[in-house]
Amino acid sequence: MVTSMHIDPNKMVTIKIDGIPVTVPSGTTIMEAARKIGIKIPSLCHHPDLGVRAFCRVCLVEDSHSRRLKTACNNLVDEAGDITTNSPKVRKARKTVLELLLANHPQDCLHCERNGKCELQTLAAEYNIRGNIFDPVWKPVPKEMSNPSLVRDMTKCVRCGRCVEACQAIQTTNAIGYSGRSTDFKITTAFEKPLSESPCVYCGQCVAVCPVGALYEKDDTQRVWDALDNKDKFVVVQTAPAVRVAIGEEFGMARGAIATGKMVAALRRLGFDKVFDTDFSADLTIMEEGYELIDRIKNGGTLPMITSCSPGWINFVEKTYPDLLPHVSSCKSPQQMFGAIAKTYYADKMGIPRDKMFVVSIMPCIAKKYECQRPEMNSSGYQDVDVVLTTRELAKMIRMAGLDFNFLPEEEFDHPLGLGSGAGAIFGTSGGGMEAAIRTVYEVVTGKEPQSLDFTACRGHEGIKEATLDLDGMPVKVAITNGLKNARVLMDKIRAGEADYHFIEVMCCPGGCVGGGGQPFRTTAAIREHRMDGLYKVDKSLPLRQSHKNPDIQTLYSEFLKEPNSHLAHELLHTHYQDRSAK
Amino acid sequence: MAKTIQLLTARCGKIRPDSVADYIAHDGFSALKKAMNMDPMQIINEVIDAKLLGRGGASYPAGKKWKQLYEIEGDPKYIVCNADEGEPGTFKDMVLLEKDPLSIIEGMAIAGYVFNSHDGYIYIRGEYREIQKLFQAAIDNAVKANYLGDNIMGSNFSFHVHIVSGAGAYICGENSGLLNSIEAKTGRPRVKPPHLAEVGLYSKPTLVNNVESFASVPQIVNMGGKAFQELGVEDSGGTKLICLSGNVKRRGTFEIPIGGVTLRDIIFDPEFGGGIPDGKELKCYHLGGQSGPIGFPEQLDTRYDHTSLKKVGLSIGSGAVVVLDDTICMIDYLKKVSEFFIHESCGKCVPCREGNRQMYMILHKFATGLATEKDFERLERLSFTMSTASSCGLGQSACTALDSCLLHRREEFEAHINGICPVCLNSRKYGDQYAY
Repeated sequence: MVTSMHIDPNKMVTIKIDGIPVTVPSGTTIMEAARKIGIKIPSLCHHPDLGVRAFCRVCLVEDSHSRRLKTACNNLVDEAGDITTNSPKVRKARKTVLELLLANHPQDCLHCERNGKCELQTLAAEYNIRGNIFDPVWKPVPKEMSNPSLVRDMTKCVRCGRCVEACQAIQTTNAIGYSGRSTDFKITTAFEKPLSESPCVYCGQCVAVCPVGALYEKDDTQRVWDALDNKDKFVVVQTAPAVRVAIGEEFGMARGAIATGKMVAALRRLGFDKVFDTDFSADLTIMEEGYELIDRIKNGGTLPMITSCSPGWINFVEKTYPDLLPHVSSCKSPQQMFGAIAKTYYADKMGIPRDKMFVVSIMPCIAKKYECQRPEMNSSGYQDVDVVLTTRELAKMIRMAGLDFNFLPEEEFDHPLGLGSGAGAIFGTSGGGMEAAIRTVYEVVTGKEPQSLDFTACRGHEGIKEATLDLDGMPVKVAITNGLKNARVLMDKIRAGEADYHFIEVMCCPGGCVGGGGQPFRTTAAIREHRMDGLYKVDKSLPLRQSHKNPDIQTLYSEFLKEPNSHLAHELLHTHYQDRSAK
Repeated sequence: MAKTIQLLTARCGKIRPDSVADYIAHDGFSALKKAMNMDPMQIINEVIDAKLLGRGGASYPAGKKWKQLYEIEGDPKYIVCNADEGEPGTFKDMVLLEKDPLSIIEGMAIAGYVFNSHDGYIYIRGEYREIQKLFQAAIDNAVKANYLGDNIMGSNFSFHVHIVSGAGAYICGENSGLLNSIEAKTGRPRVKPPHLAEVGLYSKPTLVNNVESFASVPQIVNMGGKAFQELGVEDSGGTKLICLSGNVKRRGTFEIPIGGVTLRDIIFDPEFGGGIPDGKELKCYHLGGQSGPIGFPEQLDTRYDHTSLKKVGLSIGSGAVVVLDDTICMIDYLKKVSEFFIHESCGKCVPCREGNRQMYMILHKFATGLATEKDFERLERLSFTMSTASSCGLGQSACTALDSCLLHRREEFEAHINGICPVCLNSRKYGDQYAY
């Protein structure tokens, strides 16, 4: 039966699923309706944050209105008859589809990056697949490793299209798309060029949504083990704000659980000589960026000024909006500021030769792997940050070391690069960088303490937020955006001369770093919100919530940098950009 | 009494195809004139009464489709004619496009009037390059004569027809893939719902009908839905163009009243195929193109209408009738069918992309005498899954031919398991030229 469909979300529709009546708003998919009554319909291509493709055909159900099976991911309750999710017909079709997929998949699960975390592997287990009636047809394709951030192993690709959806619809980078048809149907860059020659910004959102081992970050754990095992090296580690509210998920803790203390303990037990906090250098970034903003406003600099903490975002501007580079703050990201300070100020202070210092970053991000290898990022005379590990890679090391994460005691960061304010902590979520900056800029400009440190207008994960702040009579108009699709909107506004903002915060990934490409797999919008809540809890619980009041930051300036935007600060903490657009 | 009829083909060969004057002299544009004095709903009711089943292959009731679109709000609405005639063994749209293009234009214009649409697109397959030129000339002449374009015949109604050329992909004949192709996107079928009537071309409500369906519309308007229906049978009205090819003495396009002839007539009657040449016997016949079922001699006395054919597991589809003589090995033929679908699958959904190549591999095992009883289970599961779980009509129908053969000629598969083919005797002669 085909009826004309008029979706009205205020209208409720009742259907029967496996004989159980369920009432849901018009426009709900069968899959969502089934979940309401505790029925999980399996799928490989469906993802709650992404558009529907219905490529995998695993989520099949029977519908009394249809001769054929229906896919539960895209068919709506409005047109559905009585649904059956568990019948001989459904089980047979789902199992056959899985076997067809597995026949075109190298079943080297034991050596796979996603072993134990693979959605195809999980489905094969759930469907009790103990062999395959179909002959293997998979063919090896060379891995693509043209860049420092991510690996594309297309041999394992199941062509679910999630990565394309993330790249095209969420990030609008359009680095990858579909090509070929039938058995040649594949996901590739334009003209099958290496990723490094594509518009890819290494945000890793494709990696985050890949259900199998076709996309993953370049594994650098061995380099870190080697450094830790090397007695000559003094190995320090910094941890990004968003890692502490996500790492727990890898060990069964609640979504967004704050695991700072256990993470510090784990890092110390792994053998790092000093465990520091990127929150510290986030505070430093606020000092440099805040003063840069004040300078631009007072002295007629290029406005709006745009933040520069997110390396995926920087890649995007360089590749897609190079004409807007003067708008981007010259500040390095907190990770790179940390590296530069650790290998100069801290190394010299501790009497450690700069070449013996080894800096590791734990980041929610895979673009950071690319960022640390940029040639301009060696202010200390050496590569400022040696290795970047993602949240997932750190979890791998913790597991390999046999540490029972949940059992670990809570420990504190080391000083002096381990003291961060609440302002530094909230850098990990969209809007946090802006709020942190305002907490300091307000006081510097007005000389007064803000009435409340909670600038709630900045908070939340909406695509674009706008606010006007009153700095004692001086209105400052700001905008906050996350996800490159939304950033594009603001950039087009600037290009068209329609943006009257003073300051824009851009974070490359949806939700900011809490939704980074290096975070635990199966991240969704709901999980990002939990992590964001975790960061605001961290902020609220700290006595120190403004960057300029961080005593270790004050000491760093008095002992070493002298003042924000000083000559030395510029040498170590600021950078320059270049046009990398396709010519 | 002649079993053929000249309704849609009445003007074919008798007029200069792009000449408006010739067309009018043979009753052309009278339906458009009549329609423009009718209420749109009245026209739709005539189409409903006509029991016109879509002529592209799916046989969806055209009247129902029109009514659904009519009830959907939206502006603009688009009229699209599917002339991507890619189904192997089908060449009936070509006859109409080549010999009476103005009848298609008139049908589209009537639809345009019904839905208050101002733009129609006709997607003509790339191989019909010369026909595209002719069709453009017909459009231009109709515009000059004010039967198309702005303010048709001095009224407020304006309707333009645009030609879009296909580029060789069979999948672009699938209606949603066709719309994607018009929009300059990759011609992969869309996820449905939403249905094309609601979210069609450029996301607007859209009517997509086949060439032959549109050409039937002026006839329905002129003679009335009831009279049109009475040409055919109770639940399927009008005439059908059939395309006869393969191992028959007379090949070509014939117009028949639906239900007026049997399959035996089509293949053996001297007015149609005239039998199998070279003293060979009939082995089977493939109806409706590669995506259709295969019929066997024991089904020959079935009447050629939708209901009668359905009862014996056959269907009209596009109207193709490909006749095969007894020198054809069934497995061999099915391998060719399978190859076709491997080549033409868009590849996005798993049952079709992976299923077709697995099917080919299994058929190849039969062909080379390597198949076992277990392969019947494989074929059965594949066929079930592909037909019931594929995203679009291509994957859903890729196993139709196989299913008929498994049902009616299982013994031929079994013979191959034993290494003997009743036709080619030594089936091991094949090399593995198409290992997918």
